[in-house]
Amino acid sequence: MASCSIFRTLRNCRFSSISPSPICRLINTLVLGEHDGGFVKPSTLSAVTAASSISKDNSISILLGGSGSALEKAVSHAASFHPLISQVLVADSDILMHPLAETWADLVHLLQQKSGYSYIISASSSFGKNILPRSAAILDVSPITDIIQISEPHLFVRPIYAGNALCTVRYTGTDPCMMTIRSTSFPIPSIQADSNHDAAPISQVDLSIFNKEKSMKSRWLKLTSQETDRPELGNARVVVTGGRALKSADNFKLLEKLAEKLGAAVGATRAAVDAGFVPNDLQVGQTGKIVAPELYMAFGVSGAIQHLAGMRDSKVIVAVNKDPDAPIFQVADYGLVADLFEVIPELLEKIPQKK
Amino acid sequence: MMKILVAVKRVVDYAVKIRVKADKSAVETSNVKMSMNPFCEIALEEALRIREAGAASEVVAVSIGPAQCTETLRTALAMGADRAVHVDAGAAPVYPLSVAKILRAIVEEEKPGLLILGKQAIDDDCNQTGQMVAGLLRWPQGTFASKVVLDKEKQVATVEREVDGGLETISIDLPAVITTDLRLNQPRYATLPNIMKAKSKTIKKISPADLKVELRSDIEVVQVTEPPQRKAGAIVSSVDELIHRLKDEARVL
Repeated sequence: MASCSIFRTLRNCRFSSISPSPICRLINTLVLGEHDGGFVKPSTLSAVTAASSISKDNSISILLGGSGSALEKAVSHAASFHPLISQVLVADSDILMHPLAETWADLVHLLQQKSGYSYIISASSSFGKNILPRSAAILDVSPITDIIQISEPHLFVRPIYAGNALCTVRYTGTDPCMMTIRSTSFPIPSIQADSNHDAAPISQVDLSIFNKEKSMKSRWLKLTSQETDRPELGNARVVVTGGRALKSADNFKLLEKLAEKLGAAVGATRAAVDAGFVPNDLQVGQTGKIVAPELYMAFGVSGAIQHLAGMRDSKVIVAVNKDPDAPIFQVADYGLVADLFEVIPELLEKIPQKK
Repeated sequence: MMKILVAVKRVVDYAVKIRVKADKSAVETSNVKMSMNPFCEIALEEALRIREAGAASEVVAVSIGPAQCTETLRTALAMGADRAVHVDAGAAPVYPLSVAKILRAIVEEEKPGLLILGKQAIDDDCNQTGQMVAGLLRWPQGTFASKVVLDKEKQVATVEREVDGGLETISIDLPAVITTDLRLNQPRYATLPNIMKAKSKTIKKISPADLKVELRSDIEVVQVTEPPQRKAGAIVSSVDELIHRLKDEARVL
């Protein structure tokens, strides 16, 4: 049976490459790509996964901008990464080195006029949330934020009210349908870069008619980032989070030790960020990062609605809190009512070392 | 001197545990405590601080929606806004694209030097309106701002933005659109004398039609449902039991 269906799929593929299905109109999607250190970001690859779930015959172009060797390397990563990427578009220019919304939105506008995409997708990262709505307004369409499920080509599910309700929306507008997707809902398939598919063709975007003047109303000055060798919060397999009960930045070091042992990323509640224990890009919640790791361990976290919004889709949730009535226990798979200052050292001692 | 326009939205209070209507059409909003969207409070506070620092002469608050939006505007006036505009759009939901078009029309009339909004409303969680108005006006945008410094002479704003992986600093020419993140400031409370004073401030009422904006939507809500419930968990008695269960039962260690 299995081999039979594979054969059928293959035959359909071959058939459709000769004469495209007359029923299905051609769907082409533009994915706005982010890259870092020569690699396409995992969140962008999730956006490709989302694009591929819209339709089997989706022709997916991924757009990468910037300049220099980091761009070149990311372009070859994109070209070879996924058999479903049909084209890599390269916008090579110094003015795209940094993701300023004004230039990027104009670039998207330019590409839409040229190629008439049916979908324009990006991850719900700070990059995507900054740029995509701006370009949508310029194209006079309503964008859809933070999609967690694509039910039909124009039917989507997205969380509202901090994830306390799910809203199914139908897009009834004209092309392009523009959306940002929640990366944790569209996991990247484990396809090896060296698997036997042809690299996608790479084409340079002609930026000669790109009006540089009007794009210069904004200038990028600097990025202050926290360097860490721990996994990125958004994609980590394990996340350990601390709340106000950690009491100080010093005590957060205890949590960091535990994270190191587990190969985990460190997260925080708004209270911990506001108290200055950790920088704000570690905040998990409605207004911070959305995570869905295999294991989420919350220490001294009460479980406010806004925090739960950012972690409720984790596979296994562990809560350690002195207060047995803390709302976090209502979503935790395993709860331990105890003092975190006793529990963390004990965990450090007893948890098996990660390789 | 420069005028600042601030958009404020009336939403279900952030502390309310919301309920989905039985017919799955929407979230229940009748007989529920409503407040100004927290990010809008921060936007208004920032505008007031800029005015108090002498870089702006007037702060105008705008809200779009049903009649009850005047309560939200009254709060804005009590916090210190000079006057308010209520765009009465009736009871139907107004989506960000329409809100952005209405705001563009008001901007063209009021000619502010700065438009400040919250980064997102805590009901629809869209995070779109500010970016969309900026796009329609072709103004530069400083989204997710955690610090704003105005240079009056050069007509430039330096905006520190909360982005994935850290803080980004950009410089944008005025007029511009700024959307506020949580850490930009701590909004003030309205004092009783100010609440009294707010009663004599004006709220101008207009309709989308007055602004020649047609309310239409290319998004249709099909249904609103409860998210799947997590099954009840277990309380463990010791660290040993926790490790054991994470290892052997959940297999995540």
